[in-house]
Amino acid sequence: MADAGGARPAGFLRQALRIAAKDLAIEWRSKEVLATMTFLAVVVVLIFSFAFVIEGTRPPAAVVSGIVWVALVVSGTVGLGRTFDRERDGEAIRSLLLTPAPRAAIYLGKLLATVALMALTEVVLTGLSGVLFAASLGDVIGRVALLLALGTVGFAAAGCIFSAALLRARGRDALLATLLYPIIVPIVIAGARGTSQLIDPISPDFDGARFWTQFLFALDVLFVTAGLWAFEPIVSGD
Amino acid sequence: MTGQGAAALRLSKVGKIYGGRRALADVSTTFEPGRIAAVLGPNGAGKSTLLAILSTLIAPSTGDVRWGDALLGRGSSLRARIGYVGHEPGIYGDLTAAENLTLFASLHGVSDPAGRAAALLSRVGLGDVARDAAARTFSRGMLQRLALARALAHDPALLLFDEPASALDPAGADWLSRELAAERDGGRVVVLVTHDLSAAAVADQLVILRRGRVVFDETRPGGFGAEAVRSSYEAKTREQTRDKPRESPRG
Repeated sequence: MADAGGARPAGFLRQALRIAAKDLAIEWRSKEVLATMTFLAVVVVLIFSFAFVIEGTRPPAAVVSGIVWVALVVSGTVGLGRTFDRERDGEAIRSLLLTPAPRAAIYLGKLLATVALMALTEVVLTGLSGVLFAASLGDVIGRVALLLALGTVGFAAAGCIFSAALLRARGRDALLATLLYPIIVPIVIAGARGTSQLIDPISPDFDGARFWTQFLFALDVLFVTAGLWAFEPIVSGD
Repeated sequence: MTGQGAAALRLSKVGKIYGGRRALADVSTTFEPGRIAAVLGPNGAGKSTLLAILSTLIAPSTGDVRWGDALLGRGSSLRARIGYVGHEPGIYGDLTAAENLTLFASLHGVSDPAGRAAALLSRVGLGDVARDAAARTFSRGMLQRLALARALAHDPALLLFDEPASALDPAGADWLSRELAAERDGGRVVVLVTHDLSAAAVADQLVILRRGRVVFDETRPGGFGAEAVRSSYEAKTREQTRDKPRESPRG
């Protein structure tokens, strides 16, 4: 047999990073997912801006916050679906599952790549929302970013589980939204409420926002743990 | 580890049931290193299920598979010694051939993934393709060559082929037969699942499945040859049309 140079499986985190790097390298080349996600997010924000910005009046903070989180969820769902389509095309997922990489490392890699793509979309989303809705982000941008980051991790953690489960299902795009949205309702509520409390120009509620931030963190721990544990039986298809 | 590089793969009363439907029943056979075993059978015979069990992607409902003296089960660490070539290439179309091989070699822990990728591309005749060409631009034959290179990235001791010659032109099929022979001569356990009787001509061992059961299992070192494969297959599957409907829809 040929010399493979001493095959010895790499560590868990390194395997996860390689899988994430693979997804990002593919996206860097095609820019397909990122372009679609960003386009959708921008369209959602624009549509709501036409509906809520009337004669230059600024919509309430709760409305702006809701718009941002709806745009995040819609664009994130499309991104999830397409990212996992790439695993299905040509049965690449089978090759991935036949490597010694732990299933949990594969899940973590997919999660990291999804979070990275969503984060890039959120930069555009947040900036556009700030301009269109004249949202007061200046002093609270760090806290809003933390809320968005935690919400993104939770959304992607749950989304990667369902996307993997639906990898071979017909009508998976519609099914993904149907199954995922009820699960992520607490994330959206926490994110929207926390963001609303932070960007309220009159009386920002930092204590309230801190609670929702902690709540999101707890949800992240729950969803990521469930994903690491459940990915193996989900992808085995047995 | 127990020297799987030279160990035989032994299946003992392997069965698989999907949702109350039997896909495999009491399959017992041995796949020896240095031989090509062809698993034949009509649609629904259980060939793909058998291959999925051998590749550790699913677990048998009954019986066991042993590689040397180690149990080969779902998620077994022994899967690091298995290479798989399916009718789909199992690669990422947006990556180049070298990037695909480097990725899979690195996930297998190969110490010099890029070097290994270059060597394998040269070995399968893809050494001169454009370095920046995405794999999705390849012809079917090129993709199958790349799939074989991917399966060999970690120098596996067990090579599994699932309909590898489907959609290949005659020249591609000939190339694949030579590659199968080369892998056998390299001392690997080679298991080939196929509908294509001519593709099975190179086999030293012929296993015919029908409705999930082994109805023929014979070894002829040096190869069966096309005529012997055809006559054995026809003799063992001729009665199928008179039989009651098969019990499983799985292939």
